[in-house]
Amino acid sequence: MALPDNAKEMVLDYIEKKSKTKSKFYLKDFYTIFPDEGPRTVKNFINKLVGEGILEYWSSGSSTMIGLKGAGKQAGAEGE
Amino acid sequence: MAKHETPLLDQLESGPWPSFVSDMKLEAEVRAKNEAGIEFQIPVDVVDDLMGVLELSYVHGRTHWKHGGIVGVFGYGGGVIGRYCDQPEMFPGVAHFHTVRVAQPAGKYYKADYLRQLMDIWQMRGSGMTNMHGSTGDIIFLGTRTEQLEEIFYELTHNLNTDLGGSGSNLRTPADCIGSSRCEFSCYDTNALCHFLTNLYQDELHRPAFPYKFKFKFDGCPNGCVASIARSDMSFIGTWKDDIRIDQEAVQAYIGGEIAPNGGAFKGRDWGAFDIQKEVIDLCPTECMWMEGKELKIDNKECNRCMHCINAMPRALRVGQDTGLSILVGAKAPILDGQQMGSLLAPFVEVNPEDDYAAVTEVIESIWDWWMEEGKNRERLGELIRRAGFQKMLEVTGIKADARHVSEPRCNPYIFWKEDEVPGGWERDVKEYRKHHKR
Repeated sequence: MALPDNAKEMVLDYIEKKSKTKSKFYLKDFYTIFPDEGPRTVKNFINKLVGEGILEYWSSGSSTMIGLKGAGKQAGAEGE
Repeated sequence: MAKHETPLLDQLESGPWPSFVSDMKLEAEVRAKNEAGIEFQIPVDVVDDLMGVLELSYVHGRTHWKHGGIVGVFGYGGGVIGRYCDQPEMFPGVAHFHTVRVAQPAGKYYKADYLRQLMDIWQMRGSGMTNMHGSTGDIIFLGTRTEQLEEIFYELTHNLNTDLGGSGSNLRTPADCIGSSRCEFSCYDTNALCHFLTNLYQDELHRPAFPYKFKFKFDGCPNGCVASIARSDMSFIGTWKDDIRIDQEAVQAYIGGEIAPNGGAFKGRDWGAFDIQKEVIDLCPTECMWMEGKELKIDNKECNRCMHCINAMPRALRVGQDTGLSILVGAKAPILDGQQMGSLLAPFVEVNPEDDYAAVTEVIESIWDWWMEEGKNRERLGELIRRAGFQKMLEVTGIKADARHVSEPRCNPYIFWKEDEVPGGWERDVKEYRKHHKR
């Protein structure tokens, strides 16, 4: 199965809905948006959105989270 | 004179072991003198400030680092770990102190020239401090500023043909022993397999795909020089199917003292004459060896690959010729359920570069598919196996259970069959049953 045409909007809607409580998400959280798709398809799509500059990775070093670019604590807050 | 007073760090230098404090002081001095005329791109006193913040952490009994960040290089979701100091005014040299993971060559084969080039990049663009092949296994560059990351990445990839390693929820930098390139015990070419899988799984290395970290390590034989059984979620250990090769003449040469046992490792003291009974046969954990007259015999089906006899008498005993590897899964450090060693999943897998190691990649991908689907956030494979059961993993990988998967006698007396495992399923012919069993 292919992702729906409005997949990007679905991801952004999901992030928007949760934005009051979270600014960063685990990759697995995005699986729930596309329950019929395999994890690899969703991973590739999320990575594409990171490549397009819509989302960004945040890494603790041991695990990785994904958020809307510019949302939550940013590099600027670290004196950059 | 040192930029910061560090009495607590200084005290660490007084112990019997080489001290990282001495190393840091040396690097701080080298940077201050700069006899090589390096055009430092980050503060020259980065190492002094690092010692300062460490001293302060010891005084306060708490860390002054902030952990994690969005820093990285374009297109990669791993390889760089953000670190910031929470006392940037006091220690401006380490306001940013990001870690860069660098993939090492297979088998860690280096030329001095290559190492110098690595350090040329790092001394100019970073702190000059590294953690070479520590517990993570790869090359770790410790401490640089955000604006240097793309520069370092460009120079590593374009000038040194070297990639970043893995961090975060990615496949981590695969690591291997020297394998058959130099070691006669090796049952497969670890360098070739490690390099092949590193290239094949580039996407998994650089783009977060998993619930948490995932590590591959490759040992050419059960001696386990990279300790893959303890250090990797998926461990590939060389093994053999046929018999240990015995050169009876060489056995006698060991007994007669003509060849030193253990490669001559015990020669500093008077260890006495080599006693094959005491030093080899009686130490066999499965008691599968004995002497018949002047012949050494091995009951190969009992051998559990402890490697002791082969290590003790390498010129008399050699690994078999029908070689491949065993795959073990689930090793991890503590967090949940304590630390675990790997559990044997595939007792023998063919290693065939001709078909792109199809037998190996099939097992890897079936495990990944299951873990990506079923693993909880931040759940290691070993924890998923504990939660869902080893039996479930056998089911998803299509590997048939056998005695070698059993680690201990069962403690649960119940056997839960599935319908397709029972002849005839759940349907029964009641009339037939009643012929033999009255109401």
